[in-house]
This record gives sequence, structure tokens and C-alpha cells, in this order.
Amino acid sequence: MSQQTKQKLVIIDTGCANITSVRCAMERFDIEVVVSRDPTIIKAASHIILPGVGTAGAAMAKLEQFDLIELIKGLTQPVLGICLGMQLLSNASAEREVNCLGLIDAKVSPLQASAGLPLPHMGWNTLGDISGPLFKGLDSNSYVYFVHSFALPVGDYTLATCDYGQRFSAAIGKDNFYGVQFHPERSGQVGAKILKNFLELSA
Amino acid sequence: MLAKRIIPCLDVKDGKVVKGVQFRNHEIIGDIVPLAKRYADEGADELVFYDITASSDNRVVDKSWVEQISAQINIPFCVAGGIKTIDDAAKILAFGADKISINSPALANPELITQLTHEFGQQCIVVGVDSYFDLATGQYQVKQFTGDAAKTRTTKWQTLDWIKEIVQRGAGEIVLNVMNKDGVRDGYDLEQLAMVREVCSVPLIASGGAGTMMHFSDVFKQANVDGALAASVFHKQIIEISELKQFLSQQGIAIRPC
Repeated sequence: MSQQTKQKLVIIDTGCANITSVRCAMERFDIEVVVSRDPTIIKAASHIILPGVGTAGAAMAKLEQFDLIELIKGLTQPVLGICLGMQLLSNASAEREVNCLGLIDAKVSPLQASAGLPLPHMGWNTLGDISGPLFKGLDSNSYVYFVHSFALPVGDYTLATCDYGQRFSAAIGKDNFYGVQFHPERSGQVGAKILKNFLELSA
Repeated sequence: MLAKRIIPCLDVKDGKVVKGVQFRNHEIIGDIVPLAKRYADEGADELVFYDITASSDNRVVDKSWVEQISAQINIPFCVAGGIKTIDDAAKILAFGADKISINSPALANPELITQLTHEFGQQCIVVGVDSYFDLATGQYQVKQFTGDAAKTRTTKWQTLDWIKEIVQRGAGEIVLNVMNKDGVRDGYDLEQLAMVREVCSVPLIASGGAGTMMHFSDVFKQANVDGALAASVFHKQIIEISELKQFLSQQGIAIRPC
């Protein structure tokens, strides 16, 4: 890669609640970080994060309201969906049967409470079967922080798994679109490494 | 495997971290941000900040430090104190808190739990419960306004009934503070926590009584809680977090290494 100007990361302003923690985490790197829902600014970014906490229905309604659905689908830069942002990359969510972006051919389902495990799945859990550039330099069994009740099954698109009563996708990827079910912005040194790896992806 | 969480609790009053014994006589421990950062660096899995005066003084927690915490630490944290409305919660979450915790306002208006989970999702709504074992009656009672000894009152709720109500209303996590044990350091109330665990299908955090590393081991093994919260043993450096985590790993408990 040739000498570049400072990378410009845009966090899509979905109006969801975890934008500040994502912004704070990214500002620890030597990059320009902008939170925006302006199509021109999003298109000009080198890297894009789709954050999200809350419900799939509310988040998709925001993306539609801001006219961002087709724009996101057409992005060619590296895109990272975090938590609900990852789930939005899928076809649909069983959470009130919401249609999502359809970039990853899978459907989000509720985690099944088995063997008396509490739900939501909340806390630090280990990654398994890691592959791809997001996990460069990390070991399987690294701990990351999860908070969720819905998940994507394991499929061709899976880049890391996690086990909580059932196996599910901890990370997914297709072309330039990546998603993590956990919160790298709150996952200590491991999370910081994953975010750094994301910033090292090129379009 | 999901790790058991070690959670230092920082009681905040007038912008400083304080800790009292059995909810009274608060002494100042230090500034919020450096202490939070120290705990994160030492291997804490999560932090809880309680503005212990907020509810009883009828004011909202001063939030200016929340964004500083968010900028400085890379582990999850929860903010509690005087959150009475959707707007209060929205502000704190917008400052970067991962979760908000409500206690007295939930007792005043249980519907608030439902409203908050609908608005922000179950995962970021925690309900704190201050439970007091009344030796005279043998009952576990829920107390309200515990931030101020003069205003603390006993509610109509028995602890187990209130826990069931909270779960049914969709809260994402429950922190059970056993008031008889607060700051006493003679061990968590294993009996009560095990009873609450039976009726609590969401993550359960034990609070009150931690004094030794074995107390943490006991509460994970005997009450099967998801996390153990403690304040004074960490503030007074009686227990060092990395040492504690090493000890718990040796006890066969799933722990995130520091």
C-alpha cells in the first residue's frame, strides 16, 4: 500500500445508543473519526462502522428514514457492523420479523435458553474457529464482550464462532462487509486489536 | 465459555468515589476517572458507578464524568443513580454508558422498567435491588432510597416477589445488594443469592459482603451468580484483581485472564 493521507472513519449515525463508546474507541487510533448520516460524507470515508444497540425494527426504521439503505448496500469500502449493526447486514431478523439489509444470506434468531443459562448472553466469552484478517494476531479462545439475545447461525459467512448453549456467529464477513456480534469497543486489548485490524483492511 | 465477571463498584457522591459501611458514613476514596482506569487496567471485567445520593436528593446524577469514563476505558460500564425517565436514561447512554441501572424509581413506578426496555433494548437495562434480611420476621425485604440513611424506607415488596416482577417486566440484569452485608466483608449472602438465582432467568450480580478471595469463589460456586460486585476490598487494596482472577481460575471457575 502506498503512502496515504490520514484514514477517515465514518460511524453511521443511526441514532442508537452505543455511538459514543465506538467513537471513543476509534479516537484512540491516529485517524479522523466522524459520526454522520450525510451520504456524501459516508461515501467519502475510507472505513465505515455501522453501530447499533436496541431493536432491529427501530434501527431499520432509522436507516430508512435517513434514506441510507441503498447507500449502505452499495458501499465498496470496508464496513464493520457491530452487535445489532452486524445483525442488520443479514436478510431478516426474527425480532418482530424485520427485513434487514440482505448483504449476508442468513436470518437472525433468538438465542435459545438451554440448560438454565441466563439470557441475555451478557459478559466475556471466548471466540472459536477464527479466520480472516479481522483476527490477525489473535488466538482462538480470546475473550470478547457480548450483550445480546439474538444471533446469526453459523454458515459460510462465519469468521468466528461463540458458544452459549448453542454455537452462533461471533463474526461474519462477505466481500467488504464485516460484522461482529460482540462489542470490540468494550473488549479491552483484544477488541482494540480487532478494530486496528479492521482499519488495516483496504477497499 | 462465558466467564464469571469481577465488577468493582464505585459509589459516587459529588463527583468523588466514596464508600461507607452499611450504606452510611461515607468516606472519600478518590477521583472517578483514574480509579476507573486503574481497575480496567488491572483486569476488572466491568465497572458499576452508583451515584448513591441521587434518588434520595430528588436530582439526576451529574453526568459530565460519564463521557470521560467512556473515553478512558475499554471495558463495559453501568451507571446508576436517579434515572427516572426515558430522557434521563437516553442522556447517560448517549454519554457512552453501556448500561443504566435503576433502583428506587423502579419501585416507585415499576412500569418504568418496561418502558426503558422497550426504548433501549433489554440488554442495557439493569435493576438494582436493595434487600434487607429482617431477623425478627425472617423475611427478605426490599428497601428504597438507601442512598440516605434518614430517607431509607421499607417497601411492600418481599425480595423474591420483586425479583420475579423485574424479570417479568423485561430487565436485562439484576444486581442484588444485600444490605446487611454492605461493607462488612464477611462473605456474600449465599443462601439468599441462591434463592434469588432460582427465580432469576436474567444475569444476576451479587453485591455486599466480599472480604476474601474465597468469598468470590463461594458465590460463584454455591450461588451460581454471573458476576460478583465489590467495592471496599478493591478500593482499600485488600484484594488485587489480577491475583483474585488467578485464584478463581485455579478454583476451576471460568475467568477472563487479565
